[in-house]
Amino acid sequence: MAAVATCGGDAGSAGSAVATASKSNVTSFQRRGPRVSGTNDSGPRLVSITGTRPSVRNGQLLVSTGLPALDQLLGGGLAVGTVLLIEEDKYNIYSSLLFKYFLAEGIVNGHTLLVASANEDPANILQELPAPLLDDNCKKEFDEDVYNHKTPESNIKMKIAWRYQLLPKMEIGPVSSSRFGHYYDASKRIPQELIEASKWHGFFLPEKISSTLKVEPCSLTHGYIKLLQFIQNIICEEGFDGSNPQKKQKNILRIGIQNLGSPLWGDDICCTENGDSSHSLTKFLYVLRGLLRTSLSACIITMPTHLIQNKAFIAHVTNLSDVVVGLESFIGSERETNPLYKDYHGLIHIRQIPRLNNLFCDESDVKDLGFKLKRKLFTIEVDSISL
Amino acid sequence: MFLELNNLLNTTPERAEQGKLTLLCDAKTDGSFLVHHFLSFYLKANCKVCFVALIQSFSHYNIVGQKLGVNLTMARERGQLVFLEGLKSAVDVFFQAQEKPHPLQFLREANAGNLKPLFEFVREALKPVDSGEAGWTYPVLLVDDLSVLLSLGLGAVAVLDFIHYCRATVCWELKGNVVVLVHDSGDVEDEENDILLNGLSHQSHLILRAEGLATGFCRDVHGQLRILWRRPLQSTSQRDQSLTYQYKIQDRSVSFFAKGMSPAVL
Repeated sequence: MAAVATCGGDAGSAGSAVATASKSNVTSFQRRGPRVSGTNDSGPRLVSITGTRPSVRNGQLLVSTGLPALDQLLGGGLAVGTVLLIEEDKYNIYSSLLFKYFLAEGIVNGHTLLVASANEDPANILQELPAPLLDDNCKKEFDEDVYNHKTPESNIKMKIAWRYQLLPKMEIGPVSSSRFGHYYDASKRIPQELIEASKWHGFFLPEKISSTLKVEPCSLTHGYIKLLQFIQNIICEEGFDGSNPQKKQKNILRIGIQNLGSPLWGDDICCTENGDSSHSLTKFLYVLRGLLRTSLSACIITMPTHLIQNKAFIAHVTNLSDVVVGLESFIGSERETNPLYKDYHGLIHIRQIPRLNNLFCDESDVKDLGFKLKRKLFTIEVDSISL
Repeated sequence: MFLELNNLLNTTPERAEQGKLTLLCDAKTDGSFLVHHFLSFYLKANCKVCFVALIQSFSHYNIVGQKLGVNLTMARERGQLVFLEGLKSAVDVFFQAQEKPHPLQFLREANAGNLKPLFEFVREALKPVDSGEAGWTYPVLLVDDLSVLLSLGLGAVAVLDFIHYCRATVCWELKGNVVVLVHDSGDVEDEENDILLNGLSHQSHLILRAEGLATGFCRDVHGQLRILWRRPLQSTSQRDQSLTYQYKIQDRSVSFFAKGMSPAVL
């Protein structure tokens, strides 16, 4: 992950300039030498990558998770080079939605995607991505709603109804996305043109694992080894680790791994308490994070932690990830019919935010957050019940 | 280094004790600020430091170190700091078979391995150089953190053996210090972690335990720090001395205050 020169700069911090792409230099969280004062660095040195912005706190490069409400809770976005782990809700409805928002954000920003799944063909996953809302009026309105946690829900609904009349047809064409963070319509599919214009790589486990590969016995399961090799290949070949200095326009690689740890990956951590491959997943996460830290990429992983019986293992996985968000949906639970919770579809728990390049992190004051999925908006609000 | 913490521990870089094992542990909060403190403390004390950083990258420690007044890049260049970046080394050892044993060789092994290659690395890094160049005062081993080794499949006994070997070499033979960080899993039943934590607690001379507040998250008080001075291996009728403070982490320092005396409350 590269740090971008901060415009304001902290008082006392040495200035920085964006890295030139050379193999030994593009490592994560590293500031380059002093910035040339005054002159605006021209040419390839101060290239800014679409869809990213520097963090206000320490100049780290951030990408949007596809959900502006979540970006705000994470302190501006997801840092490049880090892993966002989503603890799936019981029926994998909302977590797969967050997964798709992340990928859709990548398409809208022109990032390269890498989608890995053991149960669904990545091409199908991409077909099901939500359509982006590119109307500027609409976005401004949602901006105010989402960032104001105290807006009562009825007001939001009225604003949506009023705005329906003013919505033009959706733009299909070159996507100009100078914004950071977009809104998506969960009921519509992403236009085919956008998918075709984007660059993506798919890793579908049943296809990749059919070839027998001579590999020395290692305690990672075969599927994880193949996935790591695949990711490393893409990073090397396409120069996300800075190995191709001729590349003019740097880009971000967005990696999405679905249902990691489920039995379909060959891992038995969800089935038994102390299985044979009990440390396969943690080793995978460790090596994956090592790959991410030395490249311009960000990763989202959804994991069915509700199936893991070994709670100590979940603590290990949390320590080995950077951002951990847990989703708890009310479907099928007693809370669904509880009149107190009728405004929400579930609870969202921010379990961990990393302290990167800093002694402390931006934790929000409020820990009780509920989410609600409306057609065009996935809101995260302060759970007014517990106040 | 945090000057207030130096005062609480009654130590300065010039006259720090030698031959000690310090255990840092955190429960329900992040104790990494203590690691940054000790790293900058020992670099300022002109010690030769071997830092086994398993959880974050070099530039993370470098940027925080600059806030605390030490330059890790320069320290590494002039040989004062030997830095093992776990994440980067893991990628190297995983994708390419190595000819000679790599410190993180256990990642490639199917069975629970041991940490002998890592110990060899530490011993090599801290052995006194006879050429008579800039004399460093004494060697220090810093590990962040040991719980990662447990997550990656090593047993608690293997890690305890590693620390035992390191203590014998660094503390007793070379008269240096060892500082390690272990996460306390709290109420989650993690047997291996408990064995490791208890085993290390009995061997350490100083235990710094950062705990989250029992009442939950607070913006003004980030947690509580318990300091415990011990005299292991000495039968003594004196009780170990223990102090508790609450702290708040700021951008470049940490402020400590007695329980209930947070400036926000007074």
